[in-house]
Amino acid sequence: MTDKDKTPKTTTPAAEYDKLLEMRGIYKSFGHVHVLKGIDFHVNKEEIVALVGDNGAGKSTLIKTITGVHKPNKGDIFFKGKKITIHSVSQSRSLGIETVYQERALADQQSMWRNIFAGREITNRFGIIDVKTQRKETERLLRESMGFTSKAITVDSQVVFLSGGEKQGIAIGRALFFNADLIILDEPTMGLSLSETKKVLDFTRKIKEHGKSAIFISHNFYHIYPAADRFVILDRGKIAGNVKKTDISQEELVLKMENLAKTGIFE
Amino acid sequence: MLKKPLLLEHKLDLSILIVFISIFLLFIIGNPAVFSRFDIYYSFMSTIPFTAILAMSVTLIVVLGMMDLSFPSVLAFASWIFGTVFTVTGSMPLAVISSLAVGTLAGYLNSVLVVRIGVPSLVATIGSMFFWRGAVNVVARGKGISLVAAQDTFLYKLFVGRLGGMIPAQFLWMVAVAVFFWVLLKRHRYGAHLLFVGDNEQSAEMMGINVKKVKTIAFMQLGAFSAFAGILSTLEVTYFWPSQGQAYLMAALAAVFIGGTSVFGGMGTIFGTFMGALIIGSLEAGIISIGLSGFWIQFIYGLIIMASVSVYATLLRKQG
Repeated sequence: MTDKDKTPKTTTPAAEYDKLLEMRGIYKSFGHVHVLKGIDFHVNKEEIVALVGDNGAGKSTLIKTITGVHKPNKGDIFFKGKKITIHSVSQSRSLGIETVYQERALADQQSMWRNIFAGREITNRFGIIDVKTQRKETERLLRESMGFTSKAITVDSQVVFLSGGEKQGIAIGRALFFNADLIILDEPTMGLSLSETKKVLDFTRKIKEHGKSAIFISHNFYHIYPAADRFVILDRGKIAGNVKKTDISQEELVLKMENLAKTGIFE
Repeated sequence: MLKKPLLLEHKLDLSILIVFISIFLLFIIGNPAVFSRFDIYYSFMSTIPFTAILAMSVTLIVVLGMMDLSFPSVLAFASWIFGTVFTVTGSMPLAVISSLAVGTLAGYLNSVLVVRIGVPSLVATIGSMFFWRGAVNVVARGKGISLVAAQDTFLYKLFVGRLGGMIPAQFLWMVAVAVFFWVLLKRHRYGAHLLFVGDNEQSAEMMGINVKKVKTIAFMQLGAFSAFAGILSTLEVTYFWPSQGQAYLMAALAAVFIGGTSVFGGMGTIFGTFMGALIIGSLEAGIISIGLSGFWIQFIYGLIIMASVSVYATLLRKQG
């Protein structure tokens, strides 16, 4: 890991690209199983894209080609207007793509200030951690960036005391703090109660407030509807639908999804 | 201003301190004649450091949620190397360096079994425990090595000399090692990674921490510090013997757990281990001097271990 990754970058300068992420004609197969069959997908700046689809539709494979876990067999990926090849998770992170997994985001027994800087500690050249700065930045992130108001949550709190939604919030805040431009939320509301789900959606909106984008993956679009700007529906390795929220009501979307499940056509 | 709540870690450290003070008060009340004189403390300062250094070093392994049973055997083999190299070459620096190198290598072998091949650490180090003890038996053929000649060297004075004729040097080494491990675990990047890996390995990997490297270093440092403790204990008595180190296994592990480090990994306290080693190391003399027979020693060891781990389990449960 280079020094550049460890310290938070300053805000990115006004960019000259119009799509943050663009994928063209992505194919991916494992042996004889064709999982992605010509995917065209993009994420605009300051946009929250909901990626919806049943289990096995290819959501996670598509995400893994973005995060560098899988290499597509065919197709081009552009990030910030530049054509890129992603070889590894750490490379995608240094490009500004960060994934937030529900269960794997944080270490329970560690304090907040250790979790935020995990793997990216602020240290001197002997590797001694600058605890004061890490605590100060964590405090700022909690109160200002993420809007935590509860006095029960402090920089010294152990993560184990947080609710599921709050954990997601911390992980999102961490990604924002390290200036991820694209945050991928993998099933962030799975297993959460309604009020916790609402918290996650509020945190997701913060991503846009910070001028960043997100891909929100879920098989339950009731959960994503309030926070998403656009819905991309994946079905058996192909893009079945792509609609802006301004063009469709929740009821219409539900009808079309049901239709897709019955007939295989999204309309 | 909100009152800062006492963190679990501080609660653990506080309880071990209270246990330590109570035990010593008991000793002092039980036999003021012995415990008001310097002699007993001098004896503690010369014998406790070996266990304490091993215990602090093995704490890092426990923080990872792993175990190592091989360090007493590694200590013995590294001590044999130390004695043999010194006897053959007459060079103390060379003996020290080769012993530390062999210890580190033995630690690396453990990490190969655990990290590369994927054997659970408890199982792997049962193997290496027998392997290195067996290796000592084979090469030493049951014989010890006398190192009286080492007494004239500078390193002898540096390692186990008596400062001002009163303070055993190994005691100062123990304190220095304690400071080193405290800084490493609580303030250094490596310690942060150690805690994170022990807490949630998948998450650590996701955050870009090199999990394999963290584990490998942990085993290697234990190998090195086992050799170091071996050198100190060999020099203290100017004699190597093949069963060296065996008594340290349970004493060091007991010190770690009395100290409050969790066997599940993700948390650990060097202060606790340090205190634990002081308690374990002083109990024997203390029990005898307050007038109980030697038969009581293990019984009271057991009592203190059971009581302290129960207190920690309760603290952990209450916070959850």
